[in-house]
Amino acid sequence: MSPFPAFFIWMHRGAFEEKFLGRRTPLYDLHVEQGARMVDFGGWDMPVNYGSQIEEHHAVRRDAGIFDVSHMCVIDARGPRVREFFSRLLANDVAKLTQPGKALYSCMLNEAGGVIDDLIVYFLTESWFRVVVNAGTRDKDLAWMRGIAPQYGVDLTERVDLAMLAVQGPNARAKVAELLPAEHRAAALALEVFFGRELGDWFVARTGYTGEDGFEVMLPAPAADSIWRALNAKGVKSAGLGARDTLRLEAAMNLYGNDMDESQNPLESGLAWTVSFENPSRDFIGRKALESMKAAGLQKKLVALLLEDRGVLRGHQKVIVAGAGEGEITSGTFSPTMEKSIALARVPRATGAAVQVDIRGKLLNARVVKAPFVRHGKILVS
Amino acid sequence: MSDIPADLKYTKSHEWVRTLANGNVEVGITDHAQGALGDLVFVDVPEAGKSLKAGDSFAVVESVKAASDVYAPLAGAVVEGNPALGSQPELINSEPYGAGWIARMKPAVAPQGLLSAAEYQAHLDAEG
Repeated sequence: MSPFPAFFIWMHRGAFEEKFLGRRTPLYDLHVEQGARMVDFGGWDMPVNYGSQIEEHHAVRRDAGIFDVSHMCVIDARGPRVREFFSRLLANDVAKLTQPGKALYSCMLNEAGGVIDDLIVYFLTESWFRVVVNAGTRDKDLAWMRGIAPQYGVDLTERVDLAMLAVQGPNARAKVAELLPAEHRAAALALEVFFGRELGDWFVARTGYTGEDGFEVMLPAPAADSIWRALNAKGVKSAGLGARDTLRLEAAMNLYGNDMDESQNPLESGLAWTVSFENPSRDFIGRKALESMKAAGLQKKLVALLLEDRGVLRGHQKVIVAGAGEGEITSGTFSPTMEKSIALARVPRATGAAVQVDIRGKLLNARVVKAPFVRHGKILVS
Repeated sequence: MSDIPADLKYTKSHEWVRTLANGNVEVGITDHAQGALGDLVFVDVPEAGKSLKAGDSFAVVESVKAASDVYAPLAGAVVEGNPALGSQPELINSEPYGAGWIARMKPAVAPQGLLSAAEYQAHLDAEG
């Protein structure tokens, strides 16, 4: 018998689980029911696969799959100076966001130019932006943002009331649209790439982390279970974080904590394209440090590697570059689409096409290739 | 529930051992182990002639998720590594106790300290 009445336990269940068991999304019970292997991911109990990671991967490349990304942190930023706030906070320039609904991928840097997190920010109105940050960095991100927001009178609200589903694959948008009320269907399907909008009590965005077309849907948490099941019934396959990782790596998209973190800057992390220096008067946090680094000369770069010998590239393996020094794999895996091993690696700036990777004491040959490896179902590297 | 054939011996590190008619042994990883690893994509099988002590890492199995060592359940010499795993590592997922065997060994001494099926099951239960 428990010494506490049932309602007391229920009320304190969330806090107890956060402290002792890992946080759970509103879909936790559904994942367990569907046979998911649950693992800790950034303090959250998340599904890594529901049986076969490779089948889930292929479902997304060829048809449609659904991921629970409710562990990610949705923050609404409101106030008349919200654009000015993000102009200071982010390395990419929110001045590029001219049309309501448009999204921007950016790094949030510290003063030293180190990456606090990568995120997506949506421009909704001149007094309302929405930002989605990583699960594992939620607390430090919020603390950082809350340290700057008051100077701009910006109010930050964590949207813990929302669940977030990523439905990805060539048939994903059509399947999601079938579940929307008739009056919202056309608007959802008309969304252009990297745009989002509110449709009833859903927020639907044409974004993702797989290299396929698809939607990311934020919706009231209690509705997530039935929507997930309805998508399953339409043939959308439940997919776990394992497939999400192989898909993003084939698409050569960075993973925070693996490919960059606070000890690395975006210019040496394959993210120079996300740093906007164009407006000379925009004093974003980290700008001075990055400009000094550029002036002194960058030392490293992040490259895509294809293993030519048999084996599997993994994070932290040593990369040997003849004549240029050494580097390190930041993310590596077996690509289910290519049936070869692929990786991202941070290597000396002077690295050419051929490198070697030390795998358990054996030196295997790998080749630097142009990213991405796979996009929209097609292998782009030969 | 994972499959644990009653006629095999096991280790706490999730290898199984089958004694063959000629006195050699066949070694693989258990159904529980393959399930925990997920889809296997690469196996580094040992070369014939390699001499092993019990507990030596003698093979590496890699799934999409991670690489894991496979440990020799007993002392002896490798007679052959399973050549089929080079092109079909997934045999370990589909037939962990059959076509997915990893190596055959000639034991140096009679095998010692291996677990029965019931003892291995108890070990899995205790590991949670």
